[in-house]
Amino acid sequence: MCGIVGLFLKDKELEPKLGEMLTQMLTTMSDRGPDSAGIAIYGRGKRGKAKLTVQSDQPDQDLGDLAPELGQAIGTEVGIRRVDTHAVLELAAAKVHAARKAVRELRPGIRVMSDGEVIEIYKEVGLPKDVADRFDLSRMEGTHGIGHTRMATESAVTTEGAHPYSTGADQCLVHNGSLSNHNDLRRKLMRKGARIESMNDTEVGAAYLTWKMQNGASLGEALDSSLEDLDGFFTFVVGTKDGFGVLRDPIACKPAVMGETSQYVAFGSEYRALVSLPGIEDASVWEPEPATVYFWSH
Amino acid sequence: MQTYDLAEKGLRGLNSILHAQDEETNQTSWEVVNPRGSHAIAVGLDAPLEVIVKGSTGYYCAGMNQGATITVEGSAGPGVAENMMSGSVVVEGDASQYAGATGHGGLLVIKGNASSRCGISMKGIDIVVHGNVGHMSAFMAQAGNLVVCGDAGDALGDSIYEARLFVRGSVKSLGADCVEKEMRPEHVDILKGLLDRADLHARPEEFRRYGSARKLYNFDVDNVADY
Repeated sequence: MCGIVGLFLKDKELEPKLGEMLTQMLTTMSDRGPDSAGIAIYGRGKRGKAKLTVQSDQPDQDLGDLAPELGQAIGTEVGIRRVDTHAVLELAAAKVHAARKAVRELRPGIRVMSDGEVIEIYKEVGLPKDVADRFDLSRMEGTHGIGHTRMATESAVTTEGAHPYSTGADQCLVHNGSLSNHNDLRRKLMRKGARIESMNDTEVGAAYLTWKMQNGASLGEALDSSLEDLDGFFTFVVGTKDGFGVLRDPIACKPAVMGETSQYVAFGSEYRALVSLPGIEDASVWEPEPATVYFWSH
Repeated sequence: MQTYDLAEKGLRGLNSILHAQDEETNQTSWEVVNPRGSHAIAVGLDAPLEVIVKGSTGYYCAGMNQGATITVEGSAGPGVAENMMSGSVVVEGDASQYAGATGHGGLLVIKGNASSRCGISMKGIDIVVHGNVGHMSAFMAQAGNLVVCGDAGDALGDSIYEARLFVRGSVKSLGADCVEKEMRPEHVDILKGLLDRADLHARPEEFRRYGSARKLYNFDVDNVADY
């Protein structure tokens, strides 16, 4: 199983409430995925600056003095905002690559969740409500966000097995379903130099999209080609800097419902996830067609 | 009319009360408010009750119905009226995937569109869809009638047995062993009856009939080398 929620705001006045609305949607999907949860939130960014969201199982030890040490290593000022097991590092956009490398050397136990101008990814093991509370998700603001509740089927219940997965700067992927050719694809992608850290099938899907885009494909083209190259069941929701996209496999047995009003576009694995949104009674509600790429952006 | 607030009193309470009604009950008319997409609303009813659900439902609404009349004043999630035996289910909005799956009898009316696999493995149920149906509808359909007033998606009637399919609009593609068949007077009569029961004013002559070519489900000795 697994649950997906997504919310893309058209009405700026709702932006302070993004976290609150997403939290409600996410916790409603707890019984589709009670073992771990994660969210990607697209908030405000600063021009020329990048955010690197990192996570550690020993946050006090790993994150305590990270900012000054990292700043020294890469020769720039690094800001840090700690959020439970995660921290958002703020630094010059041009230094992101160097920062990722330096973080790996300085703190091997740290996982990089995401990088980009606006994206922050938070994910942990636990009931979705508990995960949302740990990160104070309901108080987060932003333009759009994606959430995932996981019921593990083919790899362990761990932080790195939870979604969303970063697929590039300001991009992420969440998945409901199971890919059946992920072992073969993992070997092929790793031979081409892709970095894949878990035995999770979705991480392979994310690495596939990343690899396609590194080789010149747009996100839409990468999603299109995934219909050819990925075998199995999937409903994907992808987040981009200014919006989100949806793709279902041609069989489309993994559920998906969209709701749209003049204020927002919302995605839910089930209609239940949407019932608390304002004006949902009069929203246009429909199911995305199979094998069709949808995008909404600002 | 009895009113049941699902948000306040919960799902198990609803289905228990509805199951407790027998054929002699005088509490025949029920209204369920605040469904909020909940699963398994009004499943397994076996008395001639009339149940109106005031809003959209989640998975498996009205499943295994025997004799009740259930109306969803909204859209229905996956598996609405799954394995219905008798009675009727009306969805005012759209229905998600596998609506009416494995149904043995009764009438399912969907006033909007139905998603993929509508009527999969149907075994005698009648399904009337005012709008379109998605891909793989009537897959392995054994008996009963599926009426589609709009269009049908890919692979309609794949591996079909003896169900009758009537489609007014276009069919994106036919599944294995499903073919268009002649619309004879007796089929026009059957279709007219179904349209009347579903309260639809459509002309039977505008529909085309599809059914089994009967080449797939019988063992053919010429295919023995393929096994």
